[in-house]
Amino acid sequence: MARALVHVPANAKKGDVIEIKTLISHIMETGYRIGITGQPIPRDIIDDFVCTYNGEEVFRAKLYPAIAANPYISFFTVATESGTLAFSWTDQHGATQVQTAAITVE
Amino acid sequence: MDRDRSRRQILQAAALAAGGALLRLSIRPAAATPEMMKDAVRAVIGEAPVKKGKVKLDLPPLVENGNSVPCTVSVESPMTAADHVKAIHIFNEKNPQPNVIGVKLGPRAGRAGFSTRIRLADSQTVTAIAELSDGSFWSDDIDVIVTLAACVEEPKP
Repeated sequence: MARALVHVPANAKKGDVIEIKTLISHIMETGYRIGITGQPIPRDIIDDFVCTYNGEEVFRAKLYPAIAANPYISFFTVATESGTLAFSWTDQHGATQVQTAAITVE
Repeated sequence: MDRDRSRRQILQAAALAAGGALLRLSIRPAAATPEMMKDAVRAVIGEAPVKKGKVKLDLPPLVENGNSVPCTVSVESPMTAADHVKAIHIFNEKNPQPNVIGVKLGPRAGRAGFSTRIRLADSQTVTAIAELSDGSFWSDDIDVIVTLAACVEEPKP
């Protein structure tokens, strides 16, 4: 779907609160703008974002057209165990993009 | 000569058409109202009372460009299994739609809060509401002045 960037610390101590930053390139067209032809530009947004930590959901967001283009979301989670964080963005048509990041927890 | 005249006529017609398109561009969609925001809040949280406090909504008070406004919410909470923040919602008064974002959290978050970038179509009040695990709702409001609105080419008079 698009280019996605995630920033997760590579190493963390068990029990630490880590900050995760995510960004995906997407137009987030609101559906309220009028195009050059006088017709409204159809709405095209990402409306769902989920982060899972070794398969367990830790953060979920429902996005609306009021989110700026190229949605940036940063949030926190507790480093519990080494493993994989998976990030998935789903647009209004149902297309999903998944990005993963590995973390080592001592 | 004849060719020149027809060329001029075509150019004039094109200019008129472009002018018409510009006029139509400047017609903005009807904005949401504070009442619509209240309805949207009720649709999300039901009839529960909302108290002020615990939530901190951080937005620049003066926004130069409404197309991308950094926005941070944080909630005071120990984030344990017994006492944590379940959800945070952001609403606005005057965008075409009152909802901005709704996030779900749990004790796994460690710290209750998030940051994103939002669109603001006008100077208005933005509200954040947090739902705690004990079923209570807490909120914070902030007034922002927007000099260049989202989705509009020309600045507001």
